[in-house]
Amino acid sequence: MSDELMDLYQELILDHSKRPRNKRKLNEANREADGHNPLCGDHVTIYLKLDGDTVADASFEGGGCAISTASASLMTEVLRGKSLEEAKEIFKNFHDLITGEPRESQESPGLGKLEVFSGVCRYPARVKCATLAWHTMNAALERSDAPVKTEE
Amino acid sequence: MGTITMLSFETESPNKNAAWQGMLLDMNKFRADFPIFAESVNGKPLVYLDSAATTQKPRCVIDRVANFYAAENANIHRGVHRLSMEATEAYEKSRRRIASFLGASDAREIVFVRGTTEGINLIAQTLGRSTLGPGDEILITGLEHHSNIVPWQILCEQTGAVLRVASIDDRGEVIREEYTRLLSEKTKLVALSHVSNALGTINPVREMIAQAHEYNVPVLVDGAQAVPHMAVDVREMDCDFYVFSGHKMFGPTGIGALYGKASWLKELPPYQGGGDMIASVTFDKTIYAEVPAKFEAGTPNISGAIGLGEAIRYLQDAGMDRIAAYERELLEYATSCLMEMNQIRLIGTAQHKASVVSFVVDGVHAHDIGSILDMQGIAIRAGHHCAQPIMDRFGVPATVRASLAFYNTKGEIDALVTGLKKAIEMFG
Repeated sequence: MSDELMDLYQELILDHSKRPRNKRKLNEANREADGHNPLCGDHVTIYLKLDGDTVADASFEGGGCAISTASASLMTEVLRGKSLEEAKEIFKNFHDLITGEPRESQESPGLGKLEVFSGVCRYPARVKCATLAWHTMNAALERSDAPVKTEE
Repeated sequence: MGTITMLSFETESPNKNAAWQGMLLDMNKFRADFPIFAESVNGKPLVYLDSAATTQKPRCVIDRVANFYAAENANIHRGVHRLSMEATEAYEKSRRRIASFLGASDAREIVFVRGTTEGINLIAQTLGRSTLGPGDEILITGLEHHSNIVPWQILCEQTGAVLRVASIDDRGEVIREEYTRLLSEKTKLVALSHVSNALGTINPVREMIAQAHEYNVPVLVDGAQAVPHMAVDVREMDCDFYVFSGHKMFGPTGIGALYGKASWLKELPPYQGGGDMIASVTFDKTIYAEVPAKFEAGTPNISGAIGLGEAIRYLQDAGMDRIAAYERELLEYATSCLMEMNQIRLIGTAQHKASVVSFVVDGVHAHDIGSILDMQGIAIRAGHHCAQPIMDRFGVPATVRASLAFYNTKGEIDALVTGLKKAIEMFG
């Protein structure tokens, strides 16, 4: 496989797209939001179970392309056990990574395996695929009732 | 002309025949007229299979536009100076060329617009707003591009008219019984695509127009995906309006044309107000110019119109019938190659098609296919192709669309197949 392909489709992304984790309805969820990317026709529902100030559990349904499915899958793994503040901070850092923005805070908190999406910033057409689940998660945290769309 | 990256014709199917070989030699020559094919993308020779989105431009069109700005630039219909007169003549010559290309009887039946979208909006806002009222119906088909849906929805909101849609069957053909049933005394306007941009279906427009005319209903035909691929004769078709875009037929962006029967254009109110569309203006009363100037307010896209005229001259030299014959062979080849792949499901299998193969790949999203092909220098379109109702009809979020033009080769189809196999292997 060529280097360019591996840049975008790293092994961990392929793995999570073929075998997504936490892809199920979360019956105990107390937050939930729908996201839609009309350009791809992708739909995602994010479920969160908040325990006080902590994300006790997270899952998703739907998805679409490999990038959006892997992004949702990895996000649910990363969010578990994080405080709401940490979740928002990770979202911000992830967003900066994907859009190629210089990251303000390298340290707090690190992106860890989410770094596999670093290649996406070189494919502007795919940025929305990677961020759909995150925008939707953010809406669930903010208790926004309106469905999230990647197109304004 | 530079070095032209030619993909080999050697890999074609074994049923070679002399006619195809002869055609190849001819088309081979035309491909060399497009400088972009000397370019590489992601380090690979460009394989451009996205002509339904926009076509590449031959050297003569690029040069014609550049030369206008370099040596001929002036505004039209105004100055008495030499450059202005010559610019006016070049602009009007393009109009005459478009008229002859479409088989119109009079160049005054050709209105320059920004493209197909503006042409449709022009008819919606002039004919539509001046003649439609509550309860009147506009009939379109399930094959339409958003540009032949949304202007009519806006018109319905403005007038209280109702939009009716003749749906399509599993092959992507308009269900004629439904079209026939939906035509009635209430129908005041019919708008049809000549060729579907998402599926490639060729609508039997002549018959459908004749049916509408039995109710005295005017018909607009969206020809954006037809004019680059086949000879069009608006008089033989008997449409009332025909619209197309220059950039989808090897011309510049931002220019297109609306054909309208003279009897209609004379009756319609103006579209936009401004300079160039008036005969005389006082603060009390303005008298509009004759057609087509009545519809061309403001300084138009002069270089675009002249470039479009050059694109048409180029196409006429190549011969639309020859182009159609070559593309038919190419489309058949692409279709049969893709049908041999088990993981691929074609979307749109109408009996009469032009230029487009649309498909989905089992287990791989269209956007991933798009990115993987792109990395191999292959440009296709992945998405809903501005035709979301068609995607809904087939129950898919998006398709992969390869769209052809006469500069494409069987070798490029082979490259597409190789690229698809790579994608399937990666995600399989």
